[in-house]
Amino acid sequence: MFEFISSQVVVGLAWAGEVSLFGLRAIREALRPPYEMRELIRQVYEVGWRSVPLITVAGFAVGIVMSMHSRSSLERFGAEAMIPTVLALSMVREIGPLVAALLVSGRVGAGIGAELGGMRVTEQIDALESLAVDSFKYLVVTRVMACVIVQPILTTVMSFTGIVGGYLAETVISGLSFRLYFDRAFSSMEFVDYIPATLNTMVFGFIIGTVSSYLGYNTKGGAEGVGRASTLSVVLTSILLIVTNVVLVKIIIFLFPEGLG
Amino acid sequence: MKDNQFVIRLEQVSKSFGNKRVLDQVSFRVARGSAFCILGRSGTGKSVTLKLMIGLIRPEQGKIFIADQEITGLESRELPPVRKAVGFLFQSAALFDSISVGENVAFPLRRHTNKSEKEIQEYAHKKLEQVGLENEYDRLPADLSGGMRKRAALARALALDPPILLVDEPSAGLDPITSAEIDNLLLRLNSEKDTTLVVVTHNIPSARRIGDELLVLHEGHIIAQGTANELDQSEHKVVREFMRSIQAG
Repeated sequence: MFEFISSQVVVGLAWAGEVSLFGLRAIREALRPPYEMRELIRQVYEVGWRSVPLITVAGFAVGIVMSMHSRSSLERFGAEAMIPTVLALSMVREIGPLVAALLVSGRVGAGIGAELGGMRVTEQIDALESLAVDSFKYLVVTRVMACVIVQPILTTVMSFTGIVGGYLAETVISGLSFRLYFDRAFSSMEFVDYIPATLNTMVFGFIIGTVSSYLGYNTKGGAEGVGRASTLSVVLTSILLIVTNVVLVKIIIFLFPEGLG
Repeated sequence: MKDNQFVIRLEQVSKSFGNKRVLDQVSFRVARGSAFCILGRSGTGKSVTLKLMIGLIRPEQGKIFIADQEITGLESRELPPVRKAVGFLFQSAALFDSISVGENVAFPLRRHTNKSEKEIQEYAHKKLEQVGLENEYDRLPADLSGGMRKRAALARALALDPPILLVDEPSAGLDPITSAEIDNLLLRLNSEKDTTLVVVTHNIPSARRIGDELLVLHEGHIIAQGTANELDQSEHKVVREFMRSIQAG
């Protein structure tokens, strides 16, 4: 039993090492010309713009649910007036970044894993290389960079639509005015609430892009392998996002203690 | 013949996958402008040999020369100039399935030439016309038959007018008529444009039709090399069986 567990730990560490090297290679190649701007723009569109409907709808729904839950809790203490503040801070600091990252990992991570996996097993990646194109730079670097670029933007969209969703719920339940809601929502918010929490989503984007590209780019075993790459992309990026979030929150609290106020 | 008359040279090349030795100290040369066919049973390393020639796979031992340049020591980023001179037709065609057939052919032109967009499209149309697909520019690869996909992939492989073309199983999965059409395209390239062909095939009638020189791989070794007539006279049991089975087929 001990041997089995230790062998699994070694396999896990070896895998983590390989993915880390893959990610470092992506960073190094991103800095080295020639730059694949055309493909990068296409990926920003695919990863970013096409995720906007999902993020908007989800943000709206989360905002409404958060508002209703906050009301039921805060009502007991007669603190309903705090609902906009609580909702805005929790959306911007925590829920927006994490939920947006999990949604993107589901939509984009699975897509990248399946797309690159499909290209690998049908020899399209070899075909790119045979046409004198650096497949790593063209396929991997552009996807990782696109994820890094769009994640803070999608997070902002998520947080904002969540706050708007909260407003709708509040105005229906309590008739709170638009101006008063947003005054209260942003009265306690400072840049240290928004900037670190949103910028750390670049790390989330890097994780989504790197892990799913790694799994897709190294797919083996035909259609079954493609399915495995797609599923694993979602599972592993989700776990890594949640674990990384704990670490990043700790770092943010350490670096920006004033944001706790 | 002098070495510079050979555009491809393999010297003592070995390659293994896991414990399986796929190629063991294999050496051969391909003359400029010739049509060279590599034959052998499945799993004897034919496709591996082709992939070694453009650095898609690295050998464990030995040297590979393309037009007098040794490619075995090159780093990944040094390979593109060599690859521009070598077209590769994959067994599965390997067309990019998210873009149209015409865009597949235009892809290498956009990457590696300074042509204007109009010139690129005209050139891609011309290449598709050469393979009889002039009306399929806007169709997606998934909408084409197997033979049409192969021809589209051939048009893409020829987009940069490479002096060398590597072809992996051109007749795999195709009916005899379509297979003969592909053979005729390859022969025309060889005779009209002096393109050096290296063709991996199981199909011996096709190899007889195309090949100036044939090479038979068996268990990682070259067991015969020569013209089709010379191979017919071979006393090696496997070569004889192979050639006979082909004649029957």
